[in-house]
Amino acid sequence: MSLLELKNVTRRFGDFTAVDNVSLNIEAGEFFTLLGPSGCGKTTILRMIAGFDLPDAGQILLDGKDLADTPPEQRPVRTVFQSYALFPHMTVAQNISFPLKMARIPGKEAAKMLHETLELVHLADKADAYPHELSGGQKQRVALARGLVNRPRVLLLDEPLGALDAKLREEMQVDLINLQKEVGVTFVFVTHAQVEALALSHRIAVMRDGRVEQVDEPSRLYGSPQTRFVADFIGHINMLEAQVLEPAHGQFRLGVSGLGEIMTQPLHGVAVGSKGTFAIRPEQVRIGVHGEIQELKNHFPGTVRHFLYRGDVTVYKVSLANGAVIEALLPNSAPGRAELFRVGDAVNVGWRHDAGVFLHE
Amino acid sequence: MTVSGAGHRGFWLWATSLGVYAFLYVPLLIVVVYSFNDSRLNAEWVGFTWHWYDVLLHDEDMLAAVGNSLFIATVSSLIATVLGTMAGIAMHRYGVKALTFMALTPVAMPEILLGVSLLLFFIQVINLTLGLVSIIIAHITFSIGFVAVIVRARLAGIDESIFEAARDLGASPWETFRHVTFPLILPGVVAGGLMAFTLSIDDFVITFFTAGVGVSTLPLRVYSMIKIAVTPEVNAVSTLLMLLTLTMIVLASKFSPDVLRGKT
Repeated sequence: MSLLELKNVTRRFGDFTAVDNVSLNIEAGEFFTLLGPSGCGKTTILRMIAGFDLPDAGQILLDGKDLADTPPEQRPVRTVFQSYALFPHMTVAQNISFPLKMARIPGKEAAKMLHETLELVHLADKADAYPHELSGGQKQRVALARGLVNRPRVLLLDEPLGALDAKLREEMQVDLINLQKEVGVTFVFVTHAQVEALALSHRIAVMRDGRVEQVDEPSRLYGSPQTRFVADFIGHINMLEAQVLEPAHGQFRLGVSGLGEIMTQPLHGVAVGSKGTFAIRPEQVRIGVHGEIQELKNHFPGTVRHFLYRGDVTVYKVSLANGAVIEALLPNSAPGRAELFRVGDAVNVGWRHDAGVFLHE
Repeated sequence: MTVSGAGHRGFWLWATSLGVYAFLYVPLLIVVVYSFNDSRLNAEWVGFTWHWYDVLLHDEDMLAAVGNSLFIATVSSLIATVLGTMAGIAMHRYGVKALTFMALTPVAMPEILLGVSLLLFFIQVINLTLGLVSIIIAHITFSIGFVAVIVRARLAGIDESIFEAARDLGASPWETFRHVTFPLILPGVVAGGLMAFTLSIDDFVITFFTAGVGVSTLPLRVYSMIKIAVTPEVNAVSTLLMLLTLTMIVLASKFSPDVLRGKT
């Protein structure tokens, strides 16, 4: 049995369906992320798990028990708010002790738990400071400590890194992974930043318009997206309109109008003639002028239209015979490669037959 | 050219401001100055004296009126603070326009209207003998709105997720109020209470209608005295009243900066 189970949960606000028949299973000890653009319903799900909002239909179960009649204060679930929501009139120690006080934990034990938690988030020297005296990263850690101090079953995190600058965000990502490992509490993380989701999560549920598009491990989500939306939302991807052709010589083939045929990995459960999208990541696309590209199963001539030098990599935008523009990523690992090709150069782009995915309409 | 133009504008701005402030404060200053004047008349300055303050302290009727005023102000402001705080919280939480409108109407309504309607209500509807009780009820009526506005302004400045965080961390609705909401709105509550006290102690119109016979308050007493003549004793009591009001306003604005904007 999963620790946290959402069964056909629906939530409407007037005519707007914020969460549409969502079912999820979240396991004990998991770092689970709800990822999607703003307005996709991820925060509404979080609020329903916390108890600030109730589903119009469906159930939320914790350890198999329906939470519908349990008010927020009685759920073994804690939230880290986007704004941190620290109590401004209490010190760091008082903020972190608040849940202990509410749970009527005796003084000695509470002091011990407070002390351990302060150590856990490296804030022992800030115990007597007030929230307004802290930096963004410190406030963040107080909010985490307050949520974790009496070891809830689930910690909900609502875009907790949103307010931090890029460098600090990366540090906090590492801290979060370590913290979650150390305390073993199930984390349910909400974010619209796909890089963050990929870096932190054990599993990710990609959401769109109140529905779950795909639930998977980060590498599978990135490598084998199941819908156009997931493919496009996570990272960059090239898309070509394609149609499934009859397999020939043991090869699965896709037809792209004005371009030709693409050899692809085995297609299961897709009928010959069905239409869809062939999607391939820029880093899987090779670019060159000479023979090495021709050795690949899939290769097409094209013209360099733009290039973006990004330091670690250069992104080339190459237009193909049918007018489609393909992005190819070239790492700048060897000196002097940054300007290997120029705008207007005739090049070849190509990829292996097992690269890319076909997304059925 | 631009420099002299700006200087010109600066001069007029200063002159106008000065004029406005003079208009507001010079009459008050005259009252204060003449309360120390060693003469029966307010006509010319004769010399400094504490005499009129001494007269004031031995005026039985005046002392009784001051006692009544302080009693009414204390009781009405305490009750208005409790009710007004509750109203402010409800206005913030439910955001019902009608509720807000109803709580704030007495603030904007002409006092004479409120005075007459309260008078009719007391004697014709609930058949209450006019006196301390009717004055206190009347003062509570017009004070609630002020307290509510200040408390609501205070609440509006607090991040809503703080209250959710309290619930989330295990506090019941009551514990959330006790440990989080109340400490955070306390400055507003105190400011509102001081405001209510100030409004009560110097109210004339509504008190005049609801006092009946026999009970007098400080403003009523002053009014009845100047019907005969403006003696320096009136100046002295006015000065003390001014001092008290000023102290309250300063205290209130210390507790909650919203207070100076709160009064419509």
